Amino acid sequence: MLVSTKTVSVNSLETETLRVAPGGDGSFASRHLGSGESDMGVMLGALGVGTMGDLMDATVPPDIRMEEALDLPGALSEEEALGRMREMMGRNQVFRSFIGQGYSDCVTPPVIQRNLLENPGWYTAYTPYQAEIAQGRLEALLNYQTMVCDLTGMEVANASLLDEGTAAAEAMAMCAGMRPGGKRFLVSELCHAQTIDVLRTRAEPLGIEIVTGDHLGFEFGGDDVLGVLVQYPATNGVIFDYGMMAAEAKEAGVPVVAAADPLALTLLKSPGEWGADIVVGSAQRFGVPMGYGGPHAAFIGCRDVGKRKLPGRIVGVSHDAAGRPGYRLSLQTREQHIRRDKATSNICTAQVLLAVMAAMYASWHGPEGLKRIARRVHHLASLLGERLRQGGIEVSAEPFFDTLEISCSDAEQAKVREAALAAGMNLRYEGDGRIGISLDETTTAEDIDDLLGVFGLSPMEDGAATMEPWQSNLPEGLLREGELLPQKVFHLYQTETEMLRYLHRLESKDLALNESMIPLGSCTMKLNAAAEMMPLSWPEVAKLHPFAPADQAEGYAAMFSDLESWLAAATGFAAVSLQPNAGSQGEYAGLLAIRAYHRARGETGRDVCLIPTSAHGTNPASAVMAGFKVVAVGCDEEGNIDLDDLLAKVAEHRDTLGALMVTYPSTHGVFEEGIRNICEVVHQYGGQVYMDGANLNAQLGLCQPGGIGADVCHLNLHKTFCIPHGGGGPGVGPIGVAEHLAPYLPGHREVGERAEYVVCSAPWGSASILTISWMYISMMGGEGLRAATELAILNANYVAKRLEEYYPILFRGANGHVAHECIIDLRPFKDKAGIEVEDVAKRLMDYGYHAPTMSWPVPGTMMIEPTESESKAELDRFCDAMIGIHGEIRAITTGEADGGNNVLKRAPHTAEELLSDDWDRPYSRESAAFPTDATRRHKFWPAIGRIDNVYGDRHLVCTCDSVEAYAGDGR
Amino acid sequence: MNVPTHLKYAESHEWLEEGADGARVGISDHAQSELSDVVYVELPAVGRKVAAKESVAIVESVKAASDIYSPVGGEITEVNSKVEQDPSLINSDPYGEGWLFKIKVDEGADLGGLFDGAGYEGLIG
Repeated sequence: MLVSTKTVSVNSLETETLRVAPGGDGSFASRHLGSGESDMGVMLGALGVGTMGDLMDATVPPDIRMEEALDLPGALSEEEALGRMREMMGRNQVFRSFIGQGYSDCVTPPVIQRNLLENPGWYTAYTPYQAEIAQGRLEALLNYQTMVCDLTGMEVANASLLDEGTAAAEAMAMCAGMRPGGKRFLVSELCHAQTIDVLRTRAEPLGIEIVTGDHLGFEFGGDDVLGVLVQYPATNGVIFDYGMMAAEAKEAGVPVVAAADPLALTLLKSPGEWGADIVVGSAQRFGVPMGYGGPHAAFIGCRDVGKRKLPGRIVGVSHDAAGRPGYRLSLQTREQHIRRDKATSNICTAQVLLAVMAAMYASWHGPEGLKRIARRVHHLASLLGERLRQGGIEVSAEPFFDTLEISCSDAEQAKVREAALAAGMNLRYEGDGRIGISLDETTTAEDIDDLLGVFGLSPMEDGAATMEPWQSNLPEGLLREGELLPQKVFHLYQTETEMLRYLHRLESKDLALNESMIPLGSCTMKLNAAAEMMPLSWPEVAKLHPFAPADQAEGYAAMFSDLESWLAAATGFAAVSLQPNAGSQGEYAGLLAIRAYHRARGETGRDVCLIPTSAHGTNPASAVMAGFKVVAVGCDEEGNIDLDDLLAKVAEHRDTLGALMVTYPSTHGVFEEGIRNICEVVHQYGGQVYMDGANLNAQLGLCQPGGIGADVCHLNLHKTFCIPHGGGGPGVGPIGVAEHLAPYLPGHREVGERAEYVVCSAPWGSASILTISWMYISMMGGEGLRAATELAILNANYVAKRLEEYYPILFRGANGHVAHECIIDLRPFKDKAGIEVEDVAKRLMDYGYHAPTMSWPVPGTMMIEPTESESKAELDRFCDAMIGIHGEIRAITTGEADGGNNVLKRAPHTAEELLSDDWDRPYSRESAAFPTDATRRHKFWPAIGRIDNVYGDRHLVCTCDSVEAYAGDGR
Repeated sequence: MNVPTHLKYAESHEWLEEGADGARVGISDHAQSELSDVVYVELPAVGRKVAAKESVAIVESVKAASDIYSPVGGEITEVNSKVEQDPSLINSDPYGEGWLFKIKVDEGADLGGLFDGAGYEGLIG
């Protein structure tokens, strides 16, 4: 107690230095934080609390408070941080990349880079759960799904996965669902090496054996084969005709998975045509920079029979209340937030922004443009192969698409490597003397000359003239049949004006952070500052291949090292892995580390994972993936872990207790008092504590997962550390671990360590967007981060205070305060007025707001998380909206408004409806459209009326062909 | 809630109607109401042998996915393909057209663990 009192006084003192008006001292922190001293004072006053220090004392349990300030460098200004980043990244060397292996250089069309990738209207949106204000990216994602189906020959595709390796692992899990008795997954040895590693890691805890070999030797007899995976074209570039193999597999009832290259598929027979059941791959080369590993969108498609086993999010078509076509996320109940430990995947966040980029790339080039790019790449590869052969060099067998392989001695390989490095080129070097050369959209005739030079051959005498006629080594039987991408959307936007307007039209249908606060509980929709985003577009950040030699990526190495040590300091852990490229993947990686730790100590039986019933559904899904059995622990009425039940469960499973997963502050938005005790109890019984870092935004600078007693914690950099949500991805989910778990952090073959724990394709996952978090921490410094946490907590308590008169606040801590979010109860209105959470959510759209988190963790409630970046004025505007809605509900209870035909039940209201000549509702148009003065000054119009969820799930349509049939117009 | 008295009920909200050619199974009115609009049903293969309380089918609404457990041990003899085509039958007529499957009950199976109408009403009340 004494210690914490001292700490608080130190903290309070430091806080003083930051309590200035927003922007007042010119520091970045003063721009990031929504309120300055005077507004903070007003909010504290409303709470009846004297100082920020007092509020923290009363909110955060004293026994977990940090004793010292965060050990981080002092804050830099935006200019200083950008300068340091530029200096650091300047140490990267951008060589021409011919490495391939699933990553190809490409050209991001400037119209897409500027108006989509760099546009906050696109990158600050949330996952499109609120369909009526997300029609833009839902349409773009439907285009993506359509593109994937058309290229792969599959009938259903999802709206993206994290990367190709994890997509292959998801496909394996689907196969396991189709073949319950299967134990062996056959994988062609010519799949990308990193994919095989990801598969092995994923297979081991599930008791699945990965069998690699020549696909021609695969035998499918017996029931123990659960599926087969081949690469198309193979990792060495060769295009095999897998038709016979697929037919044999089909005969035996074994599902066939193809990992395919989308650019090659514009020319080649689709996997669907030759018999694949599931197709995965990476859409990176469709205009998304390599970014030293990511982020990029992976894809997965399957035949219609598999659609309910397809992991991740699927956009479907339905209609709104007025019968207009509209898009929505369909089949939500397959997801882990419903299925929990029965889910076969933990995937939540995917790669929406990157999937949209890839779809727009396809629209921009159209089928003819895509084929032209593919033919050109193939032509240059054929030409290179021919010239190399003429020069007496042994080149791999044809047919190949863009990648060829050269066999030579180790000595010759060394010579080539030296010459290539001198010429600024990276080739792929295998251990046995083989050299891979993979061409891409950016390859020029001059590059071919340079490559020939590396092998000691003279350049092509006729230079660019050799670009015509197109050369091809592709046999007729392997060519794609049928029209490519016939859908309208891939034909309408090939001038810059049309594309510019299409992107703008879609963007303007979506509510993002550039419109208003998105108060989603547990999602931390804070500011994604422009300065944080800028380095992403620099070539020295964007254009590195993930497997480029380490000495060309010294800038990245320095940035990783900073970020790892800062995150370790912030969380109180010994080591950090930046690899997991989503929060769910962080959970999986952390649990794998716990599992490996127990096993290394000979305690193989520790396979029980305790998970509170209040946990997010991803927790149990991740636990099952990591080989744990899930045992639920109850919660008390306050939403806290039921200590008696916990004690009973740890005692019952004393010999098998592996881990407890706990979210802190709790999923109910409260700093639980007993957390330290809970961690101690779990440790006493031999278990490890996994902390879900979803709510870390309430901890930074005040307390630390490591200090509280957790052994592992994942951090959502897309929540606490400012990576934008991208409209549903990318995310990044690093894990921090205590010292004893450090040997079990994810590794990678390309960095030569721990290749048995590989959770995603690239060594540092989505490396390029780590720059965003680096910038944030640099510009905030330790004090700024703590000030952000304090203000996030103050803002949540202020909102709770303003709303408590109208809506019951469900959970509070010991002294009546919430943490960084609050849950309001709407259940009483169901009986009184027939109003449910959904009605309030849809009505909020009319007020210009995205709804808070709905019905989680408690059905019939809303969870509001304002974050530190919202100003008091914006908090008030939001509270005014909620209070206005309360008045509208009251009008129903008093009988002033109709019970069924009212502004809530009919919400949201579109401009079309309100301006229609027919208006027969018992309320005025004005009250529907302009419920507040703020909406009169600026109005955000929902694109469609309330979406019909039931119709959409009963009549599943998830490609655009049918949309045109519905809408009669490609728009 | 409609709770017909001639049926037997499992704690997990399935009903069972004994008949000459085996027993019919579906979900109760209470269960369909809790699920809201059913959008999808996955039924077991005919001929499958199941144990009592074994998960045999899935019923999904837009807000929930629910496993359906066989109230008794036996062999699946018939499934209601109409309900696969039109899952809304489960909402509109849970005890009639919305039935899920027929099961030939194992000889000597103990139905004593199931509730009668009054007992089930007490459970959901």
